[in-house]
Amino acid sequence: MYLYNETDQRLVDDRVVQFRDQMTRFLDGRLSEDDFRPLRLQNGLYVQRHAPMLRVAIPYGTLASHQLRKLADIARRYDRGYGHFTTRSNIQFNWVRLEDTPDILAELATVQMHAIQTSGNCIRNITTDQFAGVAADELFDPRPYCEIVRQWSTLAPEFLFLPRKFKIAISGGAEDRAAVRFHDIGASARVAEDGRIGFEIFVGGGLGRTPMVGKSLKDFLPREELLNYFEAILRVYNRYGRRDNKYKARIKILVKDLSLEGFAKEVEDEWSWSRGGPASIAEQTFRDMDAFFARVDYAPADADDPAYRQALHDKRAFARWVERNVAPHRANGYAIVTLSLKKTGAPPGDAIAEQMDGVADLAERFSAGEIRVSHEQNLVLPHVARKDLPALWEGARALGLATPNIGLLTDLVCCPGGDFCSLANARSIPVAAAIQQRFDDLDYQFDLGPLELNMSGCVNACGHHHIGHIGILGVDKNNEEWYQVTIGGREGARAALGKVIGPSFAAGQIPDVIQRLVEVYLAARHEGEIFIDAVERIGLEPFKARVYGGAA
Amino acid sequence: MNTLIRNGQVVEDGWQWIDADEALPAARLETGGRFLLPLALWLAHRASLDPARAGVWLGPDDELEPVLPWLADMPLIAIRFPVFTDGRGYSLARLLRNRHGYRGELRAVGDVLRDQLYFLHHCGFDAFLLRADQLPHEALAAFRDYSWEPVTGRRVLPSM
Ligand code: HEM
Ligand code: SF4
Repeated sequence: MYLYNETDQRLVDDRVVQFRDQMTRFLDGRLSEDDFRPLRLQNGLYVQRHAPMLRVAIPYGTLASHQLRKLADIARRYDRGYGHFTTRSNIQFNWVRLEDTPDILAELATVQMHAIQTSGNCIRNITTDQFAGVAADELFDPRPYCEIVRQWSTLAPEFLFLPRKFKIAISGGAEDRAAVRFHDIGASARVAEDGRIGFEIFVGGGLGRTPMVGKSLKDFLPREELLNYFEAILRVYNRYGRRDNKYKARIKILVKDLSLEGFAKEVEDEWSWSRGGPASIAEQTFRDMDAFFARVDYAPADADDPAYRQALHDKRAFARWVERNVAPHRANGYAIVTLSLKKTGAPPGDAIAEQMDGVADLAERFSAGEIRVSHEQNLVLPHVARKDLPALWEGARALGLATPNIGLLTDLVCCPGGDFCSLANARSIPVAAAIQQRFDDLDYQFDLGPLELNMSGCVNACGHHHIGHIGILGVDKNNEEWYQVTIGGREGARAALGKVIGPSFAAGQIPDVIQRLVEVYLAARHEGEIFIDAVERIGLEPFKARVYGGAA
Repeated sequence: MNTLIRNGQVVEDGWQWIDADEALPAARLETGGRFLLPLALWLAHRASLDPARAGVWLGPDDELEPVLPWLADMPLIAIRFPVFTDGRGYSLARLLRNRHGYRGELRAVGDVLRDQLYFLHHCGFDAFLLRADQLPHEALAAFRDYSWEPVTGRRVLPSM
């Protein structure tokens, strides 16, 4: 993992002092509400439905055990004992007191954490694949590049007041687990024929009220040009992105207005003078950075551990958990484990302080003290020896984090919705709970196979509903909560946006609607065909007919 | 009266601001003094103006091309921030300083607040005409808000 050097530490310490001063000036009336708002947002502080909300950054989703314990500590001392892990590698505390936030930021700074770039119109927290560095299918580890981009973008002076927020995702895999084509900039690992390392760069993706799949701006960008090129993109956007209408202010609208070719031309012009210049990244920087992320020294582990094999044989529940929650690791005898934050009845993505402490302990015992946060709102232990899986499973079960549902229907992604968020049209957590209750039966879920369900409480799409195989969107009709359903969305190489199946539903109808959708699939599927592939093959009509009958 | 900070000092501002909708004050020009002109006016009269007495101010959506040929002789360019959350001026400053090598005074004017000074400075501004309600001596401390230096290639940091 990356460790702060003196410069990084000084930055977060200075930041706390600066924010404490700003808060003091705000509280005693020397700083107006309007002047303070962007400043507090740049420190992750929102004012929500019930209370201020503090969003803390977990850069590219990596946490050390002692950092997770600090989050637990903050949840206990400053909040109501829990936190919400978001789809963007952040954690949100929903019940903090405004005047406590400088103290919370000071606590975070002691473990190399902060809330910088978690909101506001700046370059946001960088995200990546939750399996980065350990995935069996990866071209190269994207984290060194995430860290380089993190350092550059942290309080990047030129880009603190962009037209709108700006999200960058970097992935290292052939398989895209970072949704790079749904970010303002997405960088996807490429190795050129001559062995040079670089990235394909996508631009202008995003969800929200105008969902768009990012377009390829450059086939191959050599890695040393990463910052020069990103800076060129950001500068063009900063100067020409729309500022008259916040709904048209994201870079995707600029790319559309200029056309991809027109936008690319502007970027090339900017890049032409910085290319090869002093901000090009030196070989030595890559080497230093690689060293931070060099793989933990894996003790050689036997691929075939007899005790593990025995446990698989004896315990059905364990075998199921292995089937769903354990992914292949690049090192022999090791595995990647996903701890599910999607137990039926608990709000998706929420963890209580005891669970955070428990996961920190498990990570220390079994995963080199490292934890990842996934954009599906789960926690991941990236370095687990196979022989430790039975013991880890017992530990996770005791914490209520061993639901074997990763990638299945009840592993749904969901924003906080109307229970917390003041922008919401509708609540999402109770609807998520109703769906989980309906489909709690594991045999049924296993039979259904991989199925991603995403839900957002309003068109801002924080729950990524557009890219759920099934998407649910809260809408407002005459001040009542209604839910619009889409199917056919997906992320990854075959990224697509879901299509609306028809008129929206009341909350109580949603479990039945989902039931009917999966029944159509079960009746139509070919051997081994998953839900989303069946939707692509047979189209929307059979689903519409089943859900609305003749009455739609 | 708005306070001017230049190179880390609170100083008297010797420049007279001409607004975008004003005509060229030919009579006033005769009296001497130094004037900050909007881009259109400056361009229209550039040939007849004494370069040392005529600065130009740019709005956030002005293009830089028209001033580029004369950068070497320009004593002052001001960039106006209509609201502090309009960040275009930061990019204009970096372009002027880094890409085009401008060395004269680069002044931020308009909605210029204490809490942005550190970052404006790091984009190349060396002078700041603060919004009228800002407290100049509190504001001076802003240049030391951070002891850390941002990662910006080709930065030309004016001394403060
Ligand atoms: C409760 C406070 C929150 C507020 C006020 C909020 C606000 C917003 C807004 C206004 C947008 C739309 C931006 C745009 O289209 O320009 C947005 C997008 C987004 N939010 Fe949130 N959000 C909140 C919580 C969350 C949470 C909890 C998550 C994760 C579960 C999240 C993840 C996202 C993501 C992934 C997007 C991206 C959509 C895109 O690509 O534009 N947000 N948020
Ligand atoms: S999708 Fe809407 S309701 Fe949900 S968190 Fe985002 S802004 Fe709030």
